[in-house]
Amino acid sequence: MNTMIDVAGLRIAFGASEVVKGVDFNVARGACFGIVGESGSGKSTVLRALAGLNRDWSGRIAFEGTPVGLKRSGAFYTKVQMVFQDPFGSLHPAQTIDRILSEFLLVNRTGDIDGRVNRALAEVALPPSVRFRFPHQLSGGQRQRVAIARALIAEPEVLLLDEPTSALDVSVQAEVLNLLADLRRRLGLTYVMVSHNLAVIAHLCEHMGVMQHGEMVEQLSTRTLREGGATHPHTRDLAALSLSLETVDAPAV
Amino acid sequence: MLVDIQDLRIAFEGNGKRFEAVRGVNLSLAPREKLGIVGESGSGKSLTARAMMKLLPPQAIISATRMQFDGVDLLTRSERQMRRIRGGRMGFVLQDPKYSLNPVKTIGTQIAESWRAHNTGSRKMAREAALDLLEQVMIRNPAKVLDAYPHEVSGGMGQRAMIAMMLAPDPDLLIADEPTSALDASVQAEILRLIDALVERRNMGLILISHDLPLVSHFCDRVSVMYMGRQMEEIAAADLAQARHPYTRGLLNCMPALNQPRETLPVLARDAAWLEETPL
Ligand SMILES: Nc1ncnc2c1ncn2[C@@H]1O[C@H](COP(=O)(O)OP(=O)(O)OP(=O)(O)O)[C@@H](O)[C@H]1O
Ligand SMILES: Nc1ncnc2c1ncn2[C@@H]1O[C@H](COP(=O)(O)OP(=O)(O)OP(=O)(O)O)[C@@H](O)[C@H]1O
Ligand SMILES: [Mg+2]
Ligand SMILES: [Mg+2]
Repeated sequence: MNTMIDVAGLRIAFGASEVVKGVDFNVARGACFGIVGESGSGKSTVLRALAGLNRDWSGRIAFEGTPVGLKRSGAFYTKVQMVFQDPFGSLHPAQTIDRILSEFLLVNRTGDIDGRVNRALAEVALPPSVRFRFPHQLSGGQRQRVAIARALIAEPEVLLLDEPTSALDVSVQAEVLNLLADLRRRLGLTYVMVSHNLAVIAHLCEHMGVMQHGEMVEQLSTRTLREGGATHPHTRDLAALSLSLETVDAPAV
Repeated sequence: MLVDIQDLRIAFEGNGKRFEAVRGVNLSLAPREKLGIVGESGSGKSLTARAMMKLLPPQAIISATRMQFDGVDLLTRSERQMRRIRGGRMGFVLQDPKYSLNPVKTIGTQIAESWRAHNTGSRKMAREAALDLLEQVMIRNPAKVLDAYPHEVSGGMGQRAMIAMMLAPDPDLLIADEPTSALDASVQAEILRLIDALVERRNMGLILISHDLPLVSHFCDRVSVMYMGRQMEEIAAADLAQARHPYTRGLLNCMPALNQPRETLPVLARDAAWLEETPL
């Protein structure tokens, strides 16, 4: 297989406490790999290490067979972009949406800033009128779409997505999931997506890893999961709960 | 009636244009009642919730024919009087937990402060209460989280810390804006069970804002469905599956499901006529 991302023996610590304890996985070019698992299990921490936002890791992280070190070059970010879990924290409060979206283009001296900003807004289904607003003037869902637009504007090959739809309502979630599926098909993007929502992961990814207490306790295909083939108790619990909440007329929680 | 709101309107003005984000919302809630508010992004759910706490952005123009909390007219309350109500009899979990937690204070300090604002007890008792609350919201290592700063915890932990802080003063009304959106299903179920127990035990009223329709239908008594600042319908939560309004049906239909793989998710086809109808 044509491997885009290769992670082996990844360990990450904050001070004395190790929160990721030896994680291995591969993602093929153009594939989508999902990471699910309980809160605090280390999902975001793994993703941040891939993005070069964490310095205290050891093990191997390679993109297209080339191992990356603790520091990443500017060129790295034209290839790999990340969308964060918390859209409020990740958008600069004093910058307009226009400024936030143009940042990357200004730094990289790209032309046609105006057109690209408008296209990025259209791609995430935001009206052009939000362009000169500030993040606090947008709803939670609108802010997350700005965060996705900002990642797309770099035209990356890899998107690292941390809970990209958990702040979105179901209708925008559907639009964003369709958009992500479409971008992947059209541009051959590779995704690693973290979500606590198993149905969201299963919709977009064909493989997933399940994390608990800093370990990836199971890796399986979405198909195996759907056919009831999960073996680890944590995966089975997540699947059972997800199914019980799926319909509006299922028994109460 | 714990909450009684009639014809709530919230508008913003800029460049000579007026934008009405909330247009004539009516809400009522009795003690022990759980009301869900659902609706797409930007439909005015958070603004409606913030209006109840009078925590709207300063440029927001608000009007209502009635806005009462347990018989108290909120429209005429001063900021000082509101401050006593907020975080006391009225608790709220805001949509952006990291934004609403103070970044320079430890989580334990913040929960303890919130506890002491409405309970009498020593510093030590407040700290113990904070620890107990963190345990109640299912934080695995509560002693460690107590001394952590907001940026040192995961998304789901921040959300739970915020919930613990709001439950500390034992409120009569809890307004929770997407309180569990960052949590996995098992923790989510636990937190909702905890909130449910408080509703029962303390006769608390709950307003739960969420975009997760199945969740709201399992958990609440009634559901109000919002679109573009208006209420499309208000129905018993148990009847949500039989909702007739095309908007509600559209919302129900566009969620990915584990047992029902679909290549493309249906998206909402919005109809201008929805906004012309007299709501409810
Ligand atoms: N900057 C930090 N300093 C200290 N500890 C941290 C820091 N960031 C994360 N942690 C800890 O590392 C662990 C894993 O956190 P992480 O954010 O990766 O969890 P997660 O699986 O993404 O959870 P969630 O689903 O709640 O977002 C948690 O125990 C968290 O408290
Ligand atoms: N300070 C502000 N200035 C101008 N417009 C605002 C402001 N705050 C909110 N709005 C607008 O009011 C509308 C309602 O916003 P609100 O935050 O209540 O939506 P919401 O239903 O909570 O959405 P979400 O599900 O995305 O959180 C949105 O169109 C938003 O852009
Ligand atoms: Mg996370
Ligand atoms: Mg909101």
